[in-house]
Amino acid sequence: MSLSVPADIEKEIDERITHYPVSRRSAVLPVLHILQRHFRFLSEDAVSWTAAKLGLEPIQVLEVVTFYPGFRQEAPGKVHIRVCRTLSCAMAGSYELLDNLCQAVGIDASHMGHHHPFAVSEDGRFSIEFVECLASCGSAPVCLVEDELHERVSPETAPDLLARYS
Amino acid sequence: MSNVTYISGKEPHSREHRLIFRNIDRKGYDPGLKCYLKDGGYEQLKKAVTMEPKAITDEVKAAGLRGRGGAGFPTGLKWTFIPPTNTKPVYLICNADESEPGTFKDRYIMHQDPHQLLEGMAIACYAVGAKLAYIYVREEFPHAARILEEAIAEAKKAGFLGKGICGSTFDLELYVHRGAGAYICGEETGLIESLEGKRPYPRIKPPFFPAVLGLYMSPTIVNNVESLCHVKHILAMGGAEYAKLGTPNNTGTRILCVSGDVQKPGYFEVQVGKVTLGEVIQDFCGGLKPGRKLQAVIPGGSSAKVLRADERFKLKRGDEMVEIGLEDIPMDFDSLAACGSMAGSGGVIIIDDSRKISWVLNNINSFYAHESCGQCTPCREGSLWMKKISDRIVAGKASPDDVATLESVANNIEGKTICAFGEACSWPTQSFIRKFRAELVADTREELAGVPVNHETTLAAANLKN
Ligand SMILES: Cc1cc2nc3c(=O)[nH]c(=O)nc-3n(C[C@H](O)[C@H](O)[C@H](O)COP(=O)(O)O)c2cc1C
Ligand code: SF4
Ligand code: FES
Repeated sequence: MSLSVPADIEKEIDERITHYPVSRRSAVLPVLHILQRHFRFLSEDAVSWTAAKLGLEPIQVLEVVTFYPGFRQEAPGKVHIRVCRTLSCAMAGSYELLDNLCQAVGIDASHMGHHHPFAVSEDGRFSIEFVECLASCGSAPVCLVEDELHERVSPETAPDLLARYS
Repeated sequence: MSNVTYISGKEPHSREHRLIFRNIDRKGYDPGLKCYLKDGGYEQLKKAVTMEPKAITDEVKAAGLRGRGGAGFPTGLKWTFIPPTNTKPVYLICNADESEPGTFKDRYIMHQDPHQLLEGMAIACYAVGAKLAYIYVREEFPHAARILEEAIAEAKKAGFLGKGICGSTFDLELYVHRGAGAYICGEETGLIESLEGKRPYPRIKPPFFPAVLGLYMSPTIVNNVESLCHVKHILAMGGAEYAKLGTPNNTGTRILCVSGDVQKPGYFEVQVGKVTLGEVIQDFCGGLKPGRKLQAVIPGGSSAKVLRADERFKLKRGDEMVEIGLEDIPMDFDSLAACGSMAGSGGVIIIDDSRKISWVLNNINSFYAHESCGQCTPCREGSLWMKKISDRIVAGKASPDDVATLESVANNIEGKTICAFGEACSWPTQSFIRKFRAELVADTREELAGVPVNHETTLAAANLKN
């Protein structure tokens, strides 16, 4: 087990744990969020580290990591893009949006599906994922680029959006 | 205080009645405490802590507030389900998972008026005796989580949260908890499991009604963001006065989120039951796109049963039964239920005649297949079967028998599962088939009738005839 967690990150984690005075186990999600933000994905070591931190068995952490679509066990690209797939966005062209984004960064979208949640471009700069409703259906189609929501993204001009993240 | 700006809404429509959304897109309004206080913020909390807790619950009951998260359950009544003999700590959780497709209202409250939610929550906590509360925010709202945490810090510093709130003996700690992208965390018992650090497998009711056995097996009140905000306004107006808004048994205001095939989609806060579906489409949203006709409406989030444009509905008006068309349905809990659907989460999805019904249903089925938590066999297997069958229909590789198979799969999920996701995923299929059977059958292939439903043979047969 060899996850090296910087002191400031560990401090942030310790502070988070205090938000759960009744049960340390409740801090699993926040701890994983902080680790994923820092390391970009959750390795086996991150799972063991979290378990040790919270006094849990690694399996209790792993079962959480594998359940939630928001946690990743593989490294995404430098910029991770989540395109909404659900009805209102699909009606507004989100499938086309996904295709155009994939094409722009050279990702073969045919490998993406329910069990292959995201794909990374060859140069490692971008990864793209189809996700379910992002609760912004009134300004469909939408996508999240890292933490930023982009609304009414026209599939035609979508590749321009990526320029902002280069 | 940080701010996020998204494409702003329109000026409030003249027929809107804004209570909860009063400050959304308001010029010069920011999410900071200073701005909130200038606007009369936290006055209701100051008043609340001088009242008997039960008196607050009574006001909420008198107001007739019904939950805005989906089920429309009376909020005041829910609060009284905490056993009177309870000696365990009581918790309150704000459900800010906002994951029902078609729903986009809670995000604006959290982004632009976070203190309104905190004040509503603090009052609710005082009423039910909770000293520890969480806001469960979906992971895809990183800014909402940050803004809420900044607001909590501000409120704590100013004595509106923490120890001895507003000079009283009431203490409250409030934290933000972020989800990780799973729809099922919106279901209240799944949410509680998630907050306990586990997979969000919903619990079976009975015995696990949250108000009795919730977070850490203690009484827990789970309410939606919008519901909790209403509490503040109920206290300000008085329950009886609040109940004059809206219509009997469907009181107050609620936010409708309209998306899909309209000219101007968006959010609108209206008095419950005071506008019709036709007015929502025509007046609020500028009607359909040029040359298009209405085909269907999903009136309360993707789980709500679909309404067909040319359907006729029977509704009670006074003592009389009247027959009305879709455009005349009043947007309230009881009317939409009487029309065979539900007001649900307030997410109204408009579908015009350019859409293939099989494609729409397939999109919805894909959502549920992806989001089933997998605990119950009918839901785990059935939701995926429904998706696979509708995949086939969309691909033009289905037999006409597949429509009946699809329907039977849905019928074998509804009512046979641990949580209401079972209904949520079967209602779309059941209602689409009941109302659009001919359209769905038209997308299948006659010559595949009788071919065993087996992916390989079906595909082979389809290719052969191509
Ligand atoms: C599958 C499923 C998903 C749900 N998702 C949400 C949600 O995202 N937000 C929400 O407030 N309620 C959601 N609910 C309803 C909650 O279980 C619960 O009834 C609600 O939060 C109670 O709040 P209210 O009484 O204020 O409406 C969902 C229910 C089910 C069955
Ligand atoms: S009905 Fe579906 S989502 Fe609900 S507990 Fe069962 S498997 Fe999970
Ligand atoms: S359908 Fe895309 S945000 Fe809701």
